[in-house]
Amino acid sequence: MKVIKIDKQNWTGGIDKSRENYQIFGPVKDKEHFVFKKLNLKEYPDMENALSVLSPKSILFPQSEKILAASLDESQDDHHIMKRVATDYSPRAVIGIMPCDAKAVQLVKLNFDTDDYRDPYWCDAYEATTFVGLAVNKPSIYDFTLSMGSGPFAEEGLDVLLVDCKDHFLAKVLSEKGDAFLKASGFTSEADADKSAKLINEIKNQAEKAIDAEKVKTEKLKEKSLLELHGASFWEDLSFSCINCGTCTFVCPTCWCFDIQDETKGKKAVRFRNWDSCMSPLFTLHASSHNPRAEKVQRVRQRFMHKLKYFVDKYDQGTMCVGCGRCVVHCPVNIDIREICNTMNSYEAEQA
Amino acid sequence: MKNPYMPYPVRIDDIQIATEDRSLKTFKFVFLNKEDEEKFSYHAGQFAELSIPGKGEIPIGIASSPTEKGFVKFTVFKTGVVTSYLHDMKAGDIMGIRGPLGNWYPWEMLEKGKNIVIIGGGFAFTTLRSSIIYMLDPANRSKFGNIDVIYGSRSPGMLLYQNELFEWEKRDDINMNITVDGTDDPDWKYNVGFVPTIVEEKAPKADPDTYAIICGPPIMIKFTQPVLEKLGYRDDQIIMSLENRMKCGIGMCGRCNIGKELVCRDGPVFTLEQLNMTPKEY
Ligand SMILES: Cc1cc2nc3c(=O)[nH]c(=O)nc-3n(C[C@H](O)[C@H](O)[C@H](O)COP(=O)(O)OP(=O)(O)OC[C@H]3O[C@@H](n4cnc5c(N)ncnc54)[C@H](O)[C@@H]3O)c2cc1C
Ligand code: SF4
Ligand code: SF4
Ligand code: FES
Repeated sequence: MKVIKIDKQNWTGGIDKSRENYQIFGPVKDKEHFVFKKLNLKEYPDMENALSVLSPKSILFPQSEKILAASLDESQDDHHIMKRVATDYSPRAVIGIMPCDAKAVQLVKLNFDTDDYRDPYWCDAYEATTFVGLAVNKPSIYDFTLSMGSGPFAEEGLDVLLVDCKDHFLAKVLSEKGDAFLKASGFTSEADADKSAKLINEIKNQAEKAIDAEKVKTEKLKEKSLLELHGASFWEDLSFSCINCGTCTFVCPTCWCFDIQDETKGKKAVRFRNWDSCMSPLFTLHASSHNPRAEKVQRVRQRFMHKLKYFVDKYDQGTMCVGCGRCVVHCPVNIDIREICNTMNSYEAEQA
Repeated sequence: MKNPYMPYPVRIDDIQIATEDRSLKTFKFVFLNKEDEEKFSYHAGQFAELSIPGKGEIPIGIASSPTEKGFVKFTVFKTGVVTSYLHDMKAGDIMGIRGPLGNWYPWEMLEKGKNIVIIGGGFAFTTLRSSIIYMLDPANRSKFGNIDVIYGSRSPGMLLYQNELFEWEKRDDINMNITVDGTDDPDWKYNVGFVPTIVEEKAPKADPDTYAIICGPPIMIKFTQPVLEKLGYRDDQIIMSLENRMKCGIGMCGRCNIGKELVCRDGPVFTLEQLNMTPKEY
């Protein structure tokens, strides 16, 4: 494994150099919160491991995205014929993404890149992106990534893993894309492989110790009966305080559901895709006014069953939650997926 | 791989009022590019997204049959934003069609000489029309055993595809049972009664080689199921088509799920046996 040493005094210079070939995205402080955004010249990613309010999913899956457009002007030959909207898919790098958020991208990929259909907007953005992760040296109390198939130093989905070693970063090169990015940034000084592996391991062990991996259990989710879990009586209690605000779905790195809406302006029609939320009753409302998930309890159950059972059964690749903790932090009524996961994992069907 | 959100451009070739209250119209479309017609090759039971730039898209069952060439047909009930706009469009207008989408009735299995019982109610007869035309095609009829049809609506004027229904009545290779909830027409020659009642009276008894395909409003389905059970149909011999709210139609936007199944991609066609294994969120 190739490891590159980056002295922190060279960091911003390297980022600037990489801008010749890449658009740079990263976390920055916006008032008191952290957000992921496209960085302008002289803006640099904040490498403090702060948990951004929204996950970086919008870099591949914008909250609102033009997908098609058509002219409604009947004097045009191609009026009412929809065309793909031009979007900039030149190379981009996301710097400072947390390992669990990078894993989340891999889970979302299962949805957008399938054998039958390829979502060209998400996939083209994905292919254009280099993921430069920052290992989490000091996990927060909300971090339960180790229970969800990820971890503070997990490498899945990353092209480079940066490890903060006080006055320098050690950069583990995990793919060709990662190698190319480091070269384009002028970060080329190789560290001693054995020594750096040892150092990284020490920091990693320290970080992992800060998380209680036993606190959230998932190992029995797969063997549970889907219909029994769906019919369990605990959903009434668990959903009672939910106000269906949708916050949990918007902040989540793996929530991929979307709506499609058209707009017209003058003689131009545009088709958008927008984030949507299963917590909204409109999500499933039929034109006949029938609604299969009309009740709050059905919608709350949908969110957790999707993440912790339907996804588990459908893909056999673990849960559709990476344990970032965002929904736990931001839910206004303290609904906690960690508790719900444990409840589901330990559920025994009620005796008839 | 092509962009699955991109509709094929089509021209409205013809619009027919389908029911006496004008709430349903049948639209015939032709593809602007001939090659798109081949790319849109479909099976009876599939649906498509009708796409009106600036208004939106609606999932609609394909009412024409794969054996009918040169056009595709859809019958649309006027109910909201897109369907109302479509009802006001004119022949010659340009719009789009995206698809074909979803699975279809299990023709591969049914074409091995199975007897088919088609049960439809109200305006959910569109993909059933497609299926009947398909089965009656001279190239296909011999692949099936008996074909029975039970189709009902509120009143005679609310039956879809009336001319075709009465033509099929006259044939001896399809056994039609048309019914209405009620009528004051003294010349009405067919049945009067709700679909479940007529199913009980007229549908063939169960047999290992007989399959029922049901489409209709939830209330009709609810009361028809026990009748079929009484007649001895097993859950895997009862085939249904669901209509959950949809957007993408390709299994990505997430709204049409019943448990881990996505109605747009794993369905819309399911057997009752399959539905019994999913949460009842339809
Ligand atoms: C597989 C399938 C086959 C269908 N076949 C037919 C058919 O042959 N004929 C017919 O008349 N209708 C059919 N429908 C129902 C039809 O899709 C809705 O009536 C239509 O989408 C309403 O659109 P609207 O814009 O007029 O209604 P609004 O209520 O104004 O808008 C609702 C929007 O939600 C979306 N939507 C998607 N699916 C549905 C749904 N099931 N119910 C409500 N909204 C939906 C659409 O984007 C629609 O524009 C079918 C639905 C499905 C899922
Ligand atoms: S954030 Fe909390 S209150 Fe809001 S929808 Fe999610 S679970 Fe319900
Ligand atoms: S469900 Fe909550 S904890 Fe899990 S990935 Fe989504 S936001 Fe993070
Ligand atoms: S309609 Fe989008 S997933 Fe089924």
